[in-house]
Amino acid sequence: MPEIVLTVARYGFLVLLWIFVFTVVGVIRRDLFAGARSSRLVAAPRGIGPVTGGARPAKVKKGRAARQLVVTAGALAGTRITLGETPITIGRAEDCTLVITDDYSSSRHAKLVPRDGQWYVEDMGSTNGTYLDRAKVSAPTPVPLGVPIRIGRTSFELRP
Amino acid sequence: MTAPAIPAPPPTNQGDGATPTRPSRSGGRRNAELGLLVFAMAVVGLYAAAAEAALMGRVTLWFLGPVAALGAMFFVAHLMIRWLAPHSDPVMLPAVALINGFGVMFLRRLDIADVKEHGGTSIPVFGGQGGRQLMWSLLAIACAMLVLAIVRDHRSLSRYAYTLGLTGIVLVMIPAVLPARLASVNGAPAKLWINFGFFAIQPGEFAKVLLLVFFAYYLVRKREVLSLASKRFLGIDFPRGRDLGPVLTVWLLSLLVLVFEKDLGTSLMYFGMFVVTLYIATERVSWLIIGLLLFSGGAFSAYVLGGIIGGPFANFHQRVGIWLDPFAEPDGNGYQLVQSLLGLGTGGLFGAGPGVGHPEIVPLVESDFIFAGMGEEIGLFGLSALLVVYLLIAQRGLRAAIGVRDSFGKLFAGGLAFTLGLQVFVIVGGVSKLIPLTGQTTPFLSAGGSSLVANWALVALLLRVSDAARRPADGSASGRGGGPSAGGPVKLQELPTEMLKAGTTTRHNGDKA
Repeated sequence: MPEIVLTVARYGFLVLLWIFVFTVVGVIRRDLFAGARSSRLVAAPRGIGPVTGGARPAKVKKGRAARQLVVTAGALAGTRITLGETPITIGRAEDCTLVITDDYSSSRHAKLVPRDGQWYVEDMGSTNGTYLDRAKVSAPTPVPLGVPIRIGRTSFELRP
Repeated sequence: MTAPAIPAPPPTNQGDGATPTRPSRSGGRRNAELGLLVFAMAVVGLYAAAAEAALMGRVTLWFLGPVAALGAMFFVAHLMIRWLAPHSDPVMLPAVALINGFGVMFLRRLDIADVKEHGGTSIPVFGGQGGRQLMWSLLAIACAMLVLAIVRDHRSLSRYAYTLGLTGIVLVMIPAVLPARLASVNGAPAKLWINFGFFAIQPGEFAKVLLLVFFAYYLVRKREVLSLASKRFLGIDFPRGRDLGPVLTVWLLSLLVLVFEKDLGTSLMYFGMFVVTLYIATERVSWLIIGLLLFSGGAFSAYVLGGIIGGPFANFHQRVGIWLDPFAEPDGNGYQLVQSLLGLGTGGLFGAGPGVGHPEIVPLVESDFIFAGMGEEIGLFGLSALLVVYLLIAQRGLRAAIGVRDSFGKLFAGGLAFTLGLQVFVIVGGVSKLIPLTGQTTPFLSAGGSSLVANWALVALLLRVSDAARRPADGSASGRGGGPSAGGPVKLQELPTEMLKAGTTTRHNGDKA
């Protein structure tokens, strides 16, 4: 066996090994950065508002009821979602109502559920937890107006 | 939850043209897996051919036998994954296949060198150590597929958490209570085995997966109380004294393993596994600090005790002594480590080339020191590629843990991935004199059936979790189909019936009540 063949095999093998590693990285590259370029940040236009028509429930007490959700900090700061009668889900998954691209958020992180005119925040088993003001949310908790709910580096509050 | 210091990702590419890249992510990318698998087998084949050419002076095509056998089995595994876990991670199987193939081929290369020395010409496909490893690999892959077929949903494991955990503890303890004759092989001091005479199994390898099921289940139930009730001290949240109970129990258990089985590595594995699962569950850095302090304190006192009273600690004391100065007795106690270091040093940057070195000089090169043996021939350049492949496997596991939605799956997958990484660290660190050497197997690489079967089962479970993590949600698929105006309200009404969370939430509530 000529020496040159052995040398080529020796280095060729090492190079091929590294090419394999980089191919693997290439295959998962899209996945590695999937969080950062998740296509749409907000799902708000998908008909969250009073899509059910003019049938706005009368049992909501005027004046004290939350009408909108305002994101106060994080990448989405300034986003407003008009609250209707449907629950609002928050998380990284595309099908959440409020899609937040936050490394500290789970795909389905928390949800806000209206019950008799009062909104409740509920953690959906997220990894990093949901905080209402400074307390961790572990069970459905009523959300007063203007109290920040924090998920990762995003925080938002309900406003009349 | 600390305030993140990372700046928010610039929302540059949110607007135009970002949406169409969606389908490839939800797809399982099985074709990529197949391609990588072929690539991996080609690399393994080239390694085998190069080794054979260098050893025998010619290439006999015999090397194709093991490559073909492995390749066929991996192809079957690939087809099974297509059927059983179509959305699972495309990278895991090829990466593990590469390392497993290297293990088989390196052992075969040792056989060839051995045969050549005795004047033989070739060895059969299933002959020698490489052949045995090949058979074990085939069996292990078959077992992994069996695991994949039986465990159709990783959450079902949590139903048997106590049973599996108890089985794990029993498996850990069996070698400790067996007489030394039945619990060790080759006269090694570590009691890690159940020796049936004609073959021996290492129950600890299986126990780690079983214990993880229990750890994950236990911590899902307890994580609220563990992470909420705490005292703040020196800027770190420390848990209450009574919550330390399980940690101390596992710590004691791992110290008992250290004492009675004379094996630091296994004890470090179990304890590290538990502490990290605890950390994943509570995201309290204090657990890591407490864990490290407890373990290093335990190990240090074992070392000191070993020096003073000997007895069960003597072996550990000796190992630390070797680690501190292997060249004190290069022909005595330090022989293994010295040869390993010399092998790695001889390899240098690019290695001597496959088949050119003399790995047979290193003792136990087929099991504990396989990394040193390979290092002599493929050098730092090749070894670091192997380490990166290990890293990628662990990363894919952690990624699956991030992606999966239920807490049990997160803890379980995170623990499995970390365990794999820790095991590589413990043995590679031992071989390269970073930490005291302990007799762990190098996952997928070392000769040994138990290790192969257990680690392949671990991979199967990771595949199962990653399948759940990457499976597109049912609601989103239908919801995205319709136009925004029509699809919106329907989808929103579907959303609250989120399938995974209900169980976890009620369980937490139950704890509180």
